[in-house]
Amino acid sequence: MPVWTWFGLQKGRATTPWPERPGPDGQEGVLGLPRFDATCCSSEQSGCSDCVAACPASAITRSEAGAIQLDYARCVGCQLCTEVCPEGAFSVSHDWAFGVRDKADLLNPAQAAPTNPDAAKEAELAQAMKGFGKSLHIRHVDAGSCNGCESELQALLNPFYNLHRLGVFFTPSPRFADLLLVTGPVTAAMREPLLRTYEAMPQPRWVMAAGTCATGGSTNGGGYACHEGLDGILPVDVWLPGCPPNPAALLEALLLLLRRSPQRVHGGVHESA
Amino acid sequence: MRHCDTTRLSPAELLTAADSLLTELGDTPSAHGRMQMAYACSCDDGGMEVIYVSSAPTAPRAAPAPQGGEQTLGRPGGLLSQGTKQPYKVWRVRPEDRTLPSLANKLPLLGWYEREMMDLYGLRFEGHPEPNPLVLHEGEPRDPAPLASGFDPAAPARDYAPLPPIVPQVQGPDIQRLPFGPVRADIVESAQFLFFYIGEGILHYHPRLFYKHRAMEGRFQGATLATGAVLAERVSGIDSVAHALAFAQAVEGAMGWRAPPRARYLRVVLAELERLYNHLHYLGHLSKTTTLKVGEAEGHLLEERVKQINGRLTGSRFLRGLITPGGLRRDLDITGLDKALDSVNDEIDRYLQRLENTRSHLDRLMTTGRLERQVAFDQGACGPIERASNLDRDLRRDHPYANYEKVRFSVPVQQGGDAHARSMVRMEEIRESLAIIRQTIGRTKPGEVLRFDVMEDADPQGEGLGWVEATRGGLLYAVHLSEDRTRLQRVKIKEPSFSNWRVFPFTVEDSNMMDYAINEASFGLSIAGADR
Repeated sequence: MPVWTWFGLQKGRATTPWPERPGPDGQEGVLGLPRFDATCCSSEQSGCSDCVAACPASAITRSEAGAIQLDYARCVGCQLCTEVCPEGAFSVSHDWAFGVRDKADLLNPAQAAPTNPDAAKEAELAQAMKGFGKSLHIRHVDAGSCNGCESELQALLNPFYNLHRLGVFFTPSPRFADLLLVTGPVTAAMREPLLRTYEAMPQPRWVMAAGTCATGGSTNGGGYACHEGLDGILPVDVWLPGCPPNPAALLEALLLLLRRSPQRVHGGVHESA
Repeated sequence: MRHCDTTRLSPAELLTAADSLLTELGDTPSAHGRMQMAYACSCDDGGMEVIYVSSAPTAPRAAPAPQGGEQTLGRPGGLLSQGTKQPYKVWRVRPEDRTLPSLANKLPLLGWYEREMMDLYGLRFEGHPEPNPLVLHEGEPRDPAPLASGFDPAAPARDYAPLPPIVPQVQGPDIQRLPFGPVRADIVESAQFLFFYIGEGILHYHPRLFYKHRAMEGRFQGATLATGAVLAERVSGIDSVAHALAFAQAVEGAMGWRAPPRARYLRVVLAELERLYNHLHYLGHLSKTTTLKVGEAEGHLLEERVKQINGRLTGSRFLRGLITPGGLRRDLDITGLDKALDSVNDEIDRYLQRLENTRSHLDRLMTTGRLERQVAFDQGACGPIERASNLDRDLRRDHPYANYEKVRFSVPVQQGGDAHARSMVRMEEIRESLAIIRQTIGRTKPGEVLRFDVMEDADPQGEGLGWVEATRGGLLYAVHLSEDRTRLQRVKIKEPSFSNWRVFPFTVEDSNMMDYAINEASFGLSIAGADR
């Protein structure tokens, strides 16, 4: 054992200073969800719906008038739309920080004017945050994921991201948890265990839908075995699509809940677009 | 079905066929041949057909003497893959009145496949030793069976009052019953484990899986071929490459396509990168269960480093979005990969050496969760689990696919059958994977990566079988195409974790609670894959 301790110390610091100070986020080269530029799309005139046909997750829809809309809550980032679009309206991007507080912000083009965050909820959070200091305890529930999301959640605890340094911890008991972090489309068999976990949590409590299965069901939602994500099952405070969301995206979304990181997507458009 | 010798049998002939398969395999577990899986599919006339797939027993041939220049390739002692490309054996049976004789008493690993067909297709298997629900939980409505008339994506999710699982009656004054899950401590997948124990000793163990059943096989129905690859990647996220590859190869078999050489080499690179990060994660997790904290941190850090290499190379930490029927969706620039792996290679070596020399760690692994060779064979263990129980089988060598016949590697096998043997196999596989990637980088020539030319006869029925030695063992995809061959009609997935979860309880009973977590970690099981 002393050898291991020596071995660990000798290697020095493995943890990135990001996001508190400049440093690598570990996602160099990692693709995010595709960008959609409606101004390049002539579907209304040409009747083209190649992207709608190619999308395996029904994330892209075409209205009767012919307008194309991309719902990031259902997007798995497979990039097939970027390959089939003849006009370049869809393009690959590195936009993975997709956590939003209002699900309407995941529609591109935006359907309605962005709503203001619920003032009462904001006040409750501000009050609770005072009590917590900067700490947050999470109970994770796998409601039918493919294990990709779990793999990235587990990665948050590896020495590179070292989530604990930010005051965020996973807790075994829902009784000690502030946040319920749900992955998967919610299978028929997991619905009740999920609801019972939520009920066991003390108030105030928050819910995060992590991964596209949880935000919109997507390729794995629907049918006899699955619901279409958390909509209508639990009240959600942060929606984070991504298939799976990478550890940096998960980390940013957690800090977004704590109001320690800004929301980067508004009206379906990422700030770097 | 492409790559298969097909025999049509009547239900009455099924038992005889099982007997002759057993005779063919002989008294001792054969190194290669084995029943693999059984699945149901609907026929055009509204009837049902059950398809049994087994691999033929073949004696491995001796390696040819290395020729000039070949000696320097690969690790010393490594063999060039020597598969004989023996076809798989397929039996097709039409059940009468939705009933077939059960083969579970002769070929025990079929027990779960038959129960799956009972639940999802409403078939009956006469004489099944354990005809309890499996995929659908106790209390879930069973009539109509959810897949008997195809998968309906618009159907509402089932709502029912669950009943307790059917388990043997275990009674006695000091016996305790511990249900653990489906929401368990830590960041883990959902499943319920039921223990009956006295003091520390486990009398009976019942893993209740399929909380995560998502009807993944049904979701392929009606999908295009390209969409199918995207779906396959989402069956078990940490096995994305293996699933996409097995699916793509099955479709290519049915269509008579052959991926271009560059794509086949790059597929090897992707598959071995997947094995690499999975095995490193496994060692970190195993160290956690033996409370070797620095070993845990180091394993997971190395896993992260490989995932970051994956991200830079392919844009996906899980290597998704590349493999598709016909080849790869886009070319990869692998020029920097050698260097990137150099940066972790020495650290991996030192890490493995330290693990192999840490007595506190090894003490917890040795003799823990012993799996006998015969049990491993009969119950269908696969991958590192069977190889740790002295079954020398690996699809990369026995039935080469992609370009594995062109690389030199050895298949590590251990005799012990315990947690230590299972971790030794994986450690050795890490070294082999690194060697395979290096050889492959050297041999990959520029060229196209996607081709839809018909190179061999397409399968007349539009059916194909694809296989991959995934990180967790043998993975098979059987694919039935629609009549116009543009859509998928039925896709069956033989998932290695489904096989290994069936075997696992045999190592838990008569062991003790203290060793359970170590034993479970040493199996390296995925629940998403098993539940599908």
